[in-house]
Amino acid sequence: MKICITSEGQTLDSNLDVRFGRCAYFIIFDIDTKNWEAVKNDNINLTGGAGIQSAQAVIAKGAKAVISGKMGENAYKTLKTAGIAIYLSSGGKIEEVLEQYKLNKLEQMI
Amino acid sequence: MLPIFCINKILINDNNMNNYVISIASGKGGTGKTTVAVNFALSLNNVQFLDCDVEEPNANLFLKAAISKTIDALISVPKIDENLCNYCGKCQEVCQYKSLAIIPSSNNSKGIVLTFPHLCHSCGACVYICPKTAIEEVDKKIGEIEIGNRGDILFASGKLSIGEIMSPYLIKQVKKNINKSRNVIIDAPPGTSCPVIETVKHTDFCVLVTEPTPFGLNDLILAVDVLKKLKIPFGVVINRSDIWNNMINMYCNEENIPILMEIPFDMGIARLYSNGIPFVEKMPHYKQEFIRMFEQIKRILE
Repeated sequence: MKICITSEGQTLDSNLDVRFGRCAYFIIFDIDTKNWEAVKNDNINLTGGAGIQSAQAVIAKGAKAVISGKMGENAYKTLKTAGIAIYLSSGGKIEEVLEQYKLNKLEQMI
Repeated sequence: MLPIFCINKILINDNNMNNYVISIASGKGGTGKTTVAVNFALSLNNVQFLDCDVEEPNANLFLKAAISKTIDALISVPKIDENLCNYCGKCQEVCQYKSLAIIPSSNNSKGIVLTFPHLCHSCGACVYICPKTAIEEVDKKIGEIEIGNRGDILFASGKLSIGEIMSPYLIKQVKKNINKSRNVIIDAPPGTSCPVIETVKHTDFCVLVTEPTPFGLNDLILAVDVLKKLKIPFGVVINRSDIWNNMINMYCNEENIPILMEIPFDMGIARLYSNGIPFVEKMPHYKQEFIRMFEQIKRILE
């Protein structure tokens, strides 16, 4: 299963980017195979609808869960409608956030 | 002997050469746009007043026009028929404003269409591009236009519905009521972005109301830049002109910008304002000032 974590940088050593729609990178991590990739977020410069576009990017990558800091109602609505689980973290390195997710320690946005 | 077309020009110009559409803008908010617009309108003859500050129209607190008609302002937004839609996503790709999200079908679930009408700019691209003609345009109310009069002054005002963000579309519809046989005074929103541009666009002249403070000057410079790009002639009114120093006068002199009027700070004006009374009603000598300003504007335009 793939999950998406919003990141400030391209490695698992980078910090979580607390913004969803305008995060710097999406880290797509496959929990089963442990393979992962960093996708640059091109929606940063959109004047509007960045949340919606980023949600669409996550859906297109096949992620079933998203971990971020916060998101607005447009992104929330799009992800929820697509059946993607949303988890919130206050920060830390990507690999730490992943650990927290595996241990069920992250707050889920219902 | 004059050629025929010159004679025609002289005859046609005779009646409408004195009517102008004048917008009142500022840059910085709170400088006194509405105060100047209202009192200016009350000082002239043959006037129509348009309140285009659609997010917070307040001119009628002072003008007290009787409203005879309220019209719904509508824009077109897409409605997708999910019986025809195959979730190809072409509409979402073409939308420049990201107001459509298409969740594709998967093995165990049908696709879903999500629309975000408040982001829609009514361009019609999605309707055009849909290969299944599954999209139709439906009306969405974004606000209201009130039409009325205060004595001989014609009045129209736009009021954006709460939660809506598409001011320029409503402003455009308010301006459709412009009556060219009148001198039209248009109260603009504060700032220098899309709603202001929509308001001042195609007006004959723009009066910039400012105050002698650092923010007043900074935002005046931004507003001047906009008007120069739009190629609209403009002049400046300095409100509360004696509260600081002559920074505005110096800037205007350097840039050859006409200073149309200076209104010194006056507790009497402030008291009248706080009671919803236009100050020219109690201080009629100001009517002469506004008439003189109008004459100066006409001279600049002719």
